[in-house]
Amino acid sequence: MKKTLLMSTIAAAGILAASAAFAGNLTVVSWGGGYTKSQVEAYHKPWEAMGGSKINSEDYNGGLAEVKAQVESGKVVWDLVDVELSDAVRGCDEGLLETIDKSILPAGDDGTPATSDFLPGTLTDCGVASIVWTTIYAYDTTKFPGAKPTTMADFYDLNKFPGKRGLRKGAKSNLEMALMADGVAPGDVYKLLGTDAGVDRAFAKLDTIKGSTVWWEAGAQPPQMLADGEVLMTTAYNGRIFGAVATEKKPFEIVWDGQVWDLDLWVIPKGAPNKADALKFVAFSTDTKRNAAQASWISYGPVRKSAAPLVGKHATEGIDMKPHMPTAPGNFKNALQNDFAFWADHADELNEKFSAWLAK
Amino acid sequence: MSDPSDPLVRFIEVQKSYDGEILVVKNLNLDIAKGEFLTMLGPSGSGKTTCLMMLAGFEPATHGEITLEGNPINNVAPHKRGIGMVFQNYALFPHMTVFENLAFPLEVRKMGKSDIETKVKQALDMVQLGDFGHRRPMQLSGGQQQRVAVARALVFDPQLVLMDEPLGALDKQLREQMQYEIKHIHESLGVTVVYVTHDQSEALTMSNRVAVFNDGVIQQLAPPDVLYEKPDNAFCAQFIGENNKLMGTVKEKSGGNCVVDISGSGVVHALDVNAGDVGAGTSLSLRPERVEIDPPEGKFPNVFEGKVEELIYLGDHIRTRVNVCGHDDFIVKVPNISDHASLIEGNPVKVGWTIDDCRALDVYEGP
Amino acid sequence: MSEQVMAAAGGGAVLAADGTPLKERLQKTLRRRKLVAAGLVLPLGAFVFITFMFPIVLMLFRSIDNPVINENMPLTAAILEHWDGQDIPGEEVFAALAADLAQARETKEIGRVATRMNFEYSGVRSVFTSTARKAKNMKAPFKDALIKADEKWGEREMWVTLQRMSKPYTSSQYLAALDMRYDIDNNIVMQDEDRQIYVMIFGRTLWISFLVSALCLLLGYPVAYLLATLPLKYSNLLMIMVLLPFWTSLLVRTTSWIVLLQTNGVLNDIFVWLHLIDDEGRIQMIYNQMGTVIAMTHILLPFMVLPLYSVMKTIPPSYMRAALSLGANPVTAYVRVYAPQTVPGIGAGSLLVFILSIGYYITPALVGGRTGQMISNFIAFHMQKSLNWGLAAALGGILLVGVLILYWAYSKIVGVDNMKLG
Ligand SMILES: Nc1ncnc2c1ncn2[C@@H]1O[C@H](COP(=O)(O)OP(=O)(O)OP(=O)(O)O)[C@@H](O)[C@H]1O
Ligand SMILES: [Mg+2]
Repeated sequence: MKKTLLMSTIAAAGILAASAAFAGNLTVVSWGGGYTKSQVEAYHKPWEAMGGSKINSEDYNGGLAEVKAQVESGKVVWDLVDVELSDAVRGCDEGLLETIDKSILPAGDDGTPATSDFLPGTLTDCGVASIVWTTIYAYDTTKFPGAKPTTMADFYDLNKFPGKRGLRKGAKSNLEMALMADGVAPGDVYKLLGTDAGVDRAFAKLDTIKGSTVWWEAGAQPPQMLADGEVLMTTAYNGRIFGAVATEKKPFEIVWDGQVWDLDLWVIPKGAPNKADALKFVAFSTDTKRNAAQASWISYGPVRKSAAPLVGKHATEGIDMKPHMPTAPGNFKNALQNDFAFWADHADELNEKFSAWLAK
Repeated sequence: MSDPSDPLVRFIEVQKSYDGEILVVKNLNLDIAKGEFLTMLGPSGSGKTTCLMMLAGFEPATHGEITLEGNPINNVAPHKRGIGMVFQNYALFPHMTVFENLAFPLEVRKMGKSDIETKVKQALDMVQLGDFGHRRPMQLSGGQQQRVAVARALVFDPQLVLMDEPLGALDKQLREQMQYEIKHIHESLGVTVVYVTHDQSEALTMSNRVAVFNDGVIQQLAPPDVLYEKPDNAFCAQFIGENNKLMGTVKEKSGGNCVVDISGSGVVHALDVNAGDVGAGTSLSLRPERVEIDPPEGKFPNVFEGKVEELIYLGDHIRTRVNVCGHDDFIVKVPNISDHASLIEGNPVKVGWTIDDCRALDVYEGP
Repeated sequence: MSEQVMAAAGGGAVLAADGTPLKERLQKTLRRRKLVAAGLVLPLGAFVFITFMFPIVLMLFRSIDNPVINENMPLTAAILEHWDGQDIPGEEVFAALAADLAQARETKEIGRVATRMNFEYSGVRSVFTSTARKAKNMKAPFKDALIKADEKWGEREMWVTLQRMSKPYTSSQYLAALDMRYDIDNNIVMQDEDRQIYVMIFGRTLWISFLVSALCLLLGYPVAYLLATLPLKYSNLLMIMVLLPFWTSLLVRTTSWIVLLQTNGVLNDIFVWLHLIDDEGRIQMIYNQMGTVIAMTHILLPFMVLPLYSVMKTIPPSYMRAALSLGANPVTAYVRVYAPQTVPGIGAGSLLVFILSIGYYITPALVGGRTGQMISNFIAFHMQKSLNWGLAAALGGILLVGVLILYWAYSKIVGVDNMKLG
């Protein structure tokens, strides 16, 4: 009896020691797949090589649910999370995230101070952006021997291109794209969506393809659906399509017209166990070199002006990455930035409407 | 078309095999008369249930024909045979009341409601369970369930009822009472009963005739007294009642009798029932109550010296184990009459018996 | 012994061998036994309480708990309590509001306040966050200053909503979960047509669960019958086939359904090849309600087969034989004798499958597409995406009540002791 007590005490102590050692690691959470790989290659490996603490990379599916659960229960295990802009803002508002002092960010390689080197709107109270990503639509070129879709309107044109469509199951970016397909200029989209008439118009446009639509939820699904021939064209995150084209040699083509772009930012959950280290990692991973380097692994654009000219070839496939960036001049013509403030106000109502619309 | 003296049921050269390798019923020929109480008796696995199942229609005969009132029924479905059946575990439907159980065979025959009520009432009264109609089988004792099962098998007036070890689950006293009741019902209704048991006393007390089964073959088919007193073969002699067995070889045969040499102990004069040729082995069968202790000189042709090994006092008789003719398991039942011989364990004794009581049979090696 | 009997007859207490009253003695032994029994179930009891009962109570509490405004806007809440709800409140309230907003921004709670309000009154999140930013520097008269900052502060609806939300407990989550809401005069009305959804989803959840239970019964009953009656070597094989879904991971199963059922999948290819349908008319069998029903039936089938099997196994074949010998044809015998005895199995299996179905989440999410989503998917949505945990709790609470009612009805109609699980 005494002996077992002793043994278990030792064991417990051992576990404690182990988890304490574990606590020294930096837990970095991101979206998995090719995107996380680009971060591992461009940020984590150089960081560790430089003598930084060991990085413990975890995947999640976006959203603030887990951060909220960790913060509210007082048991925060994540140090750094890659989130969308709307979550960075909302999480900050709700006190789930640490504020980040921008003075820790290094100046650009060309000497520009960080605050002006970062594209406007990419630094928020609690977040530091690392990439520009975008929602586009893509198709399988082998299915289009003749005319190919080129505009957002083509995606909604079932007469011209009959066949199944893939859309993300959610209101965000679908409503914007529907309005753009209906002829609304990107600059007017959110103004219109703020009115009931605009929302009705967007849903009316969605109605025209509702019967031919397959809905996806995870970023990995659209390229798979295209490959299986389950859909003729589908909206997708541009990096996923690029990944399928670059590494799996799929004959997919992206239509950039009407893209809805967004940012991914680093945020630190309130009470993160290794806050100081996390801040150091944020500064490190968003410097000019690292910001450009990650773009050689996946087609997400750098957020530093000084990094844009440094984007070169794909690290293993040798493809020139510049034309694949969402921000490349040819791609960026008819682009819309996702308006986080609009969605912060209207996400609850519009998602509810979207769910009701979808379920009927 | 059928003559009342025709048998109700005939098994004609019926064979049955479950697996295509072993015959569990071998060339069975059996006639069952109308109104008869016929018992199939035999050790476990001898094929009794199989015969019953073939008759009820739950197992097809592999070969041969079974007729009911002269009509072949091999291809008649069980529910069209109109044969009542009592199962060993009673098989009363647990979700129905006693009344519903009894009404079931009448309902499927589309009988009117009031007719059903009277018939069920009658049947319940017959088994003295008139007040139990509303109960579930689970709420009855074993004996009561048994009676319900009998009533259910009879309520639709079948001319033939099959009972497969119906009393197997009851204790001795209840079993004897039920034997009497079943027998009584049989007599009052005049129904034909085919009854399966491996309890020999049950078979002897209840039946008109008993078919002794062994290894898929009827060894003997006879009324109980004949079966006991005049067994045709060693199996029957041993299976039914207590039996003294003496092994020997046939020395002489003459006029229905024979002389058998019990090696090293002399010769026995016996009735030649089923003994082989001269020189062949034979087993002598002798009922313990037919042996006399210290018989008067010259009364019996067979008299032997033995030694009392054991005495067991049983009230009406004294069971005496004697070592005689080299067999130390020779049993003599000494009636407890006022002047019976006084026996002492270890003392020498003389035993004797008649020729007719000593039957020379075949040699049965046992299973 | 006889002395004790006599004592009892005489009316005195019966004594045990050691002289203590027998009753006491008996109670003592029984109590000890009860204590031991309680000790044995204690670990499970504690486990169930901590991991099951406690979270459920917490969840139910969260569905009515409404602390955010009350705690973070205390001054406004206190004054609004006495507001009659008719005219825009006076300067006093605006002053309190400005102070509360400034304070909430200081404590970083303004986001939670804004989020909570936004659930009730769509679009006001930014009103709160932006006004709060300015609140610190506002000067009297606060009414003008606030309305200048955002004209929504001059609307009655804003104030009515704020008054309603400043109460520490609320029924608004349950109303929302039933497609209802408060209107501007605090009357309960139906939600706008294009936002009504949960009642329909509850209905669909019940319908799908019913369908899945019925299909499981239809498919499982013959299988269970075979399992119970086949010789051991075949029934073992069959049992393995029945249990196979348990042994494969959910994702493998789902993927195989996708391979089989999608429009370019195996089944459609076969149909086209057989000329049952043409290439254009391929049937949509997955990513819709049909997909959900098929996949759930497959996964839940063992939960139907096993209770049925365990019941059928105990029905001796002699019942059927007895029925036949009594003159019933095989169909009648089956319907009147065999089938009624399987009712406990049918009840247990159906209830089990139905209750499991009602709460199903992953399968509909993966193969349900648009029309195959069930209430749990919406609960998950509010847990993970919209972070409206209160609404998720209310939906879960309604689901829980539904299951309890179902169980109650079942025990009334069939009787719980008439239920047999494997
Ligand atoms: N369904 C079956 N399949 C295969 N063999 C069987 C089957 N039923 C019985 N047997 C075999 O047939 C033989 C005769 O069985 P049966 O049940 O007729 O014996 P029984 O005389 O009724 O015995 P008991 O007194 O034990 O009931 C036995 O060897 C038995 O193993
Ligand atoms: Mg038998």
